[in-house]
Amino acid sequence: MKAVILILALILPLSIHGQHQEMVPVTGGVYTPLYGTSKEQVQVADFFLDAFPVSHAAYLDFVKKNPEWRKSEVKRIFADERYLDFWDADFSFPESLAQSPVNHVSWFAAQAYCECQGKRLPTVDEWEFAAMASENQKDARRDSLFNLAILHSYEKPKTYLMKVGTQSSNVWGIYDLHGMVWEWTLDFNAIILTGESRNYGNTDRGLFCASGALGANDLMNYAAFMRYAMRSSLKARSNLATLGFRCARDMHAEQGQIAIEK
Amino acid sequence: MASCSKKPIHMETEIKIYSKNGLKYLFILLMGSILLSCNGGKLEHQNYFSSSADKYANIKIFGEEQAVLTSPPLVPPPVGNRPAKKLYMEMEIIEKEAEMADGVSYLYWTFGGTVPGSFVRTRVGDLVEFKIKNHPDNKLPHNIDLHAVTGQGGGAEASFVAPGQEKTFSFKVINPGLYVYHCATAPVGMHIANGMYGLILVEPEGGLPPVDKEFYVMQGDFYTDGKFGQPGLQPFNMQKAIDENPDYVVFNGSVNGLNGENALAANTGESIRIFFGNGGPNLASSFHVIGEIFDKVYVEGGSQINANVQTTLVPAGGAAILEFVADVPSNLVLVDHSIFRAFNKGALGVLAVSGEENPQVFAGEIMEGIYLPEGSVIQNMPKSELEIEAPTDLSKADRIEAGKKLYMQACFACHQSNGEGVPNAFPPLAQSDYLNADVNRSIDALLYGLSGEIEVNGKKYNSIMPAQQLSNEEVANVLTYVYNSWNNNGNLVSPEMVKNRRK
Repeated sequence: MKAVILILALILPLSIHGQHQEMVPVTGGVYTPLYGTSKEQVQVADFFLDAFPVSHAAYLDFVKKNPEWRKSEVKRIFADERYLDFWDADFSFPESLAQSPVNHVSWFAAQAYCECQGKRLPTVDEWEFAAMASENQKDARRDSLFNLAILHSYEKPKTYLMKVGTQSSNVWGIYDLHGMVWEWTLDFNAIILTGESRNYGNTDRGLFCASGALGANDLMNYAAFMRYAMRSSLKARSNLATLGFRCARDMHAEQGQIAIEK
Repeated sequence: MASCSKKPIHMETEIKIYSKNGLKYLFILLMGSILLSCNGGKLEHQNYFSSSADKYANIKIFGEEQAVLTSPPLVPPPVGNRPAKKLYMEMEIIEKEAEMADGVSYLYWTFGGTVPGSFVRTRVGDLVEFKIKNHPDNKLPHNIDLHAVTGQGGGAEASFVAPGQEKTFSFKVINPGLYVYHCATAPVGMHIANGMYGLILVEPEGGLPPVDKEFYVMQGDFYTDGKFGQPGLQPFNMQKAIDENPDYVVFNGSVNGLNGENALAANTGESIRIFFGNGGPNLASSFHVIGEIFDKVYVEGGSQINANVQTTLVPAGGAAILEFVADVPSNLVLVDHSIFRAFNKGALGVLAVSGEENPQVFAGEIMEGIYLPEGSVIQNMPKSELEIEAPTDLSKADRIEAGKKLYMQACFACHQSNGEGVPNAFPPLAQSDYLNADVNRSIDALLYGLSGEIEVNGKKYNSIMPAQQLSNEEVANVLTYVYNSWNNNGNLVSPEMVKNRRK
């Protein structure tokens, strides 16, 4: 009996939420992070990533089923005062936002959303790995036009009002990694070795003045610098207008679940 | 043979060892004498660093107040002889689109909504509680590194703040002087290039000597995809920034930052103090005021005062305090005397001084004559025959609009933005009888230049206007603008009319 419930619990959220969020397989590989924990190459395992950022409409489904994440119910230690700032009530937000990426969600909320679907937030490495792809290249980081477009999009205000999926997808079939909202990652504070945003030591310093020498890859590093600076300014309970999320899943776990379902 | 040749080498080594030992003893002796005079050394050390932390960090605080921060070109009131206080101040970081030049806009990142950011005025010994707020609509995290702050990153780490968040940090100002502050979030160069800099003044005990007028001016270089003057919203160009090749070098954030309605104003006889900073990110400034000499310059914003200075070099991330008395009425022109920046990239501002003439200081022109060297005086580069202009058919209103932008780039430095010219030097275009009398003569003046004596509105002028390298279209636009401004006769000049005047 217990086993049946467990299996149901695993399958149900998938079948309900899976309808409006299609996942895309990303074949892992070895890559050199632009900037971060180490200068060495990093192995990224195969994984699934949501094709789109989570929309306000999709997030509404989630809060309907999970009262503790409603705007009026949420615990302050999990989300600060700006949680779902654009929403006028627990189940209501301006109609025009329905298909825009949900914003003003904390890391706790984003992670809970993903967990309810049997998913999780992508790691920084997974996110960066998927995001280095352009429309036709898996690693377009040396494509100066690709980098330029990213840099320009970082300067464009109010892109969180755009609708998800209106830009073209990258070579994996993933939309809107760039040009719309920053996205939460599982280990967003990973480059701070102690895991503490207010820490004064080590790698954090590289984000301020006198950061390491930048060589030939300036343009590509500058775009990454901005993302890493953004991440390290966050706390897990922060809610920002310019920050949304999407979910990921191990390729491994997926296979395991398929086995259970069968 | 082999053993023979080794011996002398061995000898030499021994000698060296002896001499080294000798040095050792000498060293010990010297150390001893230094140790003996150690107390005196400490005193000297204290005197040498007297105006630093030791002295000022212990200044007592009397009371507290909310500090006033001002937008350029204004500065908050002087500290006078108030005691050191606890000061509360707030600054909001706003990313916003604003005008870079006529018809050109740029997405600035600002401290307090302006470039440069709000002016902070303190007194040495003040304890500052600084709240920094990152507007929720902003895309990026920011922070502030104040060069006046002694501590980790000048406050950069303590003030690192995500959009929609605020942070408060505290510091004591212990060195008097004029200091730059700027954003120091990665990529630092980009944050500064987008306008994130300003000045913080730390006045000495008793304050700076009082003056009649104080202004806040800051230079910055900007890097855009489009060239200087190319209309529309211009994005930041990272490659040009890395190459240190700016399209704009401006005062107070834009080409018009200190021009037209933004020009500074003073009266004759007033003492003037300019707090001048250079945000960079790349260029050092050769700051100069055309028509004045700085009576005093606080070199590099520090305590050393130089007198009678023509041009002062202000490094990126540096500042200087400049003082002078406006002796005669004139339009003083502020420039970066790396002069192409002034006339081609926007580093040009006006301080209008009005009041009584003072012939003892400036008598104006006292004699004129004709100087005729061999050859022609006015030279021009022939335009390429191959250049073909696309035919365009603009309305009069469009021509006036386009002509105005061109005027503000090519003409206003001499003829002034309101067309009144400069007495005795550059004839007026406003209500000008000379201009309205003959349209072809006006076209010729632009195409071929104009020299020799002319009479405009009853006054004689004898100077040289160089030929302008403008297309037919551009000449038509700028002249149509001039003819339709300042009570002139409203002529419409067409490109065909210009073409017909080309020989």
